[in-house]
Amino acid sequence: MAQIELRNIGKKFKQEAVIENLNLTIRSGSFTVLVGPSGCGKSTTLRMVAGLERQTEGEIWIDGKCVSDTPPGLRDVAMVFQNYALYPTMSVRGNIEFGLKNKGVAKPERERLIGDISELVGLTPYLDKKPQSLSGGQRQRVALARAMVKQPKVFILDEPLSNLDAKLRSQMRTELIQLHKRLGTTFVYVTHDQVEAMSMGDEIVVMDKGVIQQADGPMAIYGQPANLFTAQFIGTPPMNVLLQEDMHALGIPAMPGVHYAGFRPEHAVLNPPDGTEGIMLRGRIATRESLGAEQIYQLELASGALVSVKTFLRPMETVEWAAAAIPAEALHAFDVRGNRVECSLNEWREAAGGGILTAAGAGGRS
Amino acid sequence: MTTAWDKLRPYGMVAPAILVFSLFFIYPIFYMIYLSLFDWNFVSPDKAFVGLANFRELLADEDFRKVLGNTSLYTALVVSLTTGISLLLALWLNRSGWFHGFVQGAIFTPHIISLVSISLLWSWLMDPEYGLLNGILGWAGIGGLPWLSHPDTALLSLVLVAVWKGIGYNALVFIAGLQSIPADIYEAASLDRSRPLTTFRRLTLPMLSPTIFFLVVINMIGSFQVFETIAIMTGGGPVNATNTLVYYIYEYGFRFFKIGYASAAGVILLLIVGVLTLLYFRLLSAKVHYR
Repeated sequence: MAQIELRNIGKKFKQEAVIENLNLTIRSGSFTVLVGPSGCGKSTTLRMVAGLERQTEGEIWIDGKCVSDTPPGLRDVAMVFQNYALYPTMSVRGNIEFGLKNKGVAKPERERLIGDISELVGLTPYLDKKPQSLSGGQRQRVALARAMVKQPKVFILDEPLSNLDAKLRSQMRTELIQLHKRLGTTFVYVTHDQVEAMSMGDEIVVMDKGVIQQADGPMAIYGQPANLFTAQFIGTPPMNVLLQEDMHALGIPAMPGVHYAGFRPEHAVLNPPDGTEGIMLRGRIATRESLGAEQIYQLELASGALVSVKTFLRPMETVEWAAAAIPAEALHAFDVRGNRVECSLNEWREAAGGGILTAAGAGGRS
Repeated sequence: MTTAWDKLRPYGMVAPAILVFSLFFIYPIFYMIYLSLFDWNFVSPDKAFVGLANFRELLADEDFRKVLGNTSLYTALVVSLTTGISLLLALWLNRSGWFHGFVQGAIFTPHIISLVSISLLWSWLMDPEYGLLNGILGWAGIGGLPWLSHPDTALLSLVLVAVWKGIGYNALVFIAGLQSIPADIYEAASLDRSRPLTTFRRLTLPMLSPTIFFLVVINMIGSFQVFETIAIMTGGGPVNATNTLVYYIYEYGFRFFKIGYASAAGVILLLIVGVLTLLYFRLLSAKVHYR
């Protein structure tokens, strides 16, 4: 259990600044996920916490101690690498034991710890094998066991599931969540996969271009995205964003400071029944995808803008033109810089209110 | 339906290679073995069959035993020094930066210079009276060494030249080997609190073992066949102190024209190198390959 604090962290590679003035507090015992597109600085941040990369500016505190100048081995952190980074020259037992040996743990104690851990992750039959002879999932477990056996204060995981196939990945996802519950240790997890972030994290840090866009719980990230980047990064398909002219065409009232209106594809109702309230839009169905339980359509509006609409457990629409209703409460507002507008949001939503769809004309305000 | 042409075509395709190989590799080997059973002076039309007499004479020859001893000592020294020094150099050079790049280029240069030029160059450097080396030693107040002119130092001087020429190439191969070790393994080790020496012993060295093994064997085979430096710098002297197997074969074959006797020595060299090569391939297949 340990809180991690990053204070005014900056990182330059040669002359290029990757991260500037980053401040972040990772709650003790939390499962914090750093997520963002590749090159956003999330792995660099993680590696600085581990001590594998030296920050150019600022301080890192773990459990109330400044570790800025502490070598990785003495920070009491353990890491699981993307490619596992197992020692190919040692058996599974040797891999798990190496850190304990270097720490000077006595042999009987080592034996006991290795026994417990390998029981926990199901590696007991493979202890004397070399990692090369194991499958991807088993190697992943060795990497986990090697990290866990040291009983660190902080667990660091750098895209640990990206080399596994889809089925094993979701299985390991569940196991990691359970593991976190059982250990109660602080987990810091890096991924570029927003589904992984949403499903595992109790705290999500969305990053882009070395800057934290939002740090919040998963539902807050989804429900109240702090800016356009978060809004469009989390959720598949991403949030639809309407420009001012589109807003005008759809009859959404102008509000000072609001430059973009957004709504999630799953909140729009496709071909709504008569009497549905909301903002109506009408367009040609440009593409349709079915994932079985859900269907995703792209509507091309009169202005040429594309809008995604998602339906659940409904038959595929075959018509060429379709209407969609957006409930006013599902609207998000963003200012000219793309930041969320919160003040007088409810009044705006009420004003946007929308019409009631009539059989005569979808898209018109009654 | 397969025609005769379909069956013959593959053989036709490989025939040129087989022909060249047979003519320049297989035939000379068997002809050498054949010649080792005769007494022949290279020019006379008739060869006298002597059976294994050449081998008996060879094994009884004091000089031949001395030559074998010289060759083995030379090989052992060159292989251990070249491999050891290049490994240390590679560990130091395995990082970026203009200075490291420069040193790497500098130590590689001897590899691309002809051995004959190198031999002449070092003969001058090692000249006891006017050579640069003794000049430096004298200036440093240590006093000169006899280098190539004394039986005690001549072989060691040749070892020095061979090591100097070999380390660039060997270090380059070692650097390639080091760079093939993934960086995250070292990061994992640093998180596991591994000390540098432990990391080297438990991770680097075992992961380099295929490279080390490869270099040891090719250096051994190369050293057993040393010739140019000896022919140019010492001529096998003084008092046979630097006479080695290939030079011995050359002298008996092309200076004393005892072709049968030289061939018998050649057969022994073939056996030694053959055993080394076999050992290499056997161990290589049994060797653990990481990854």
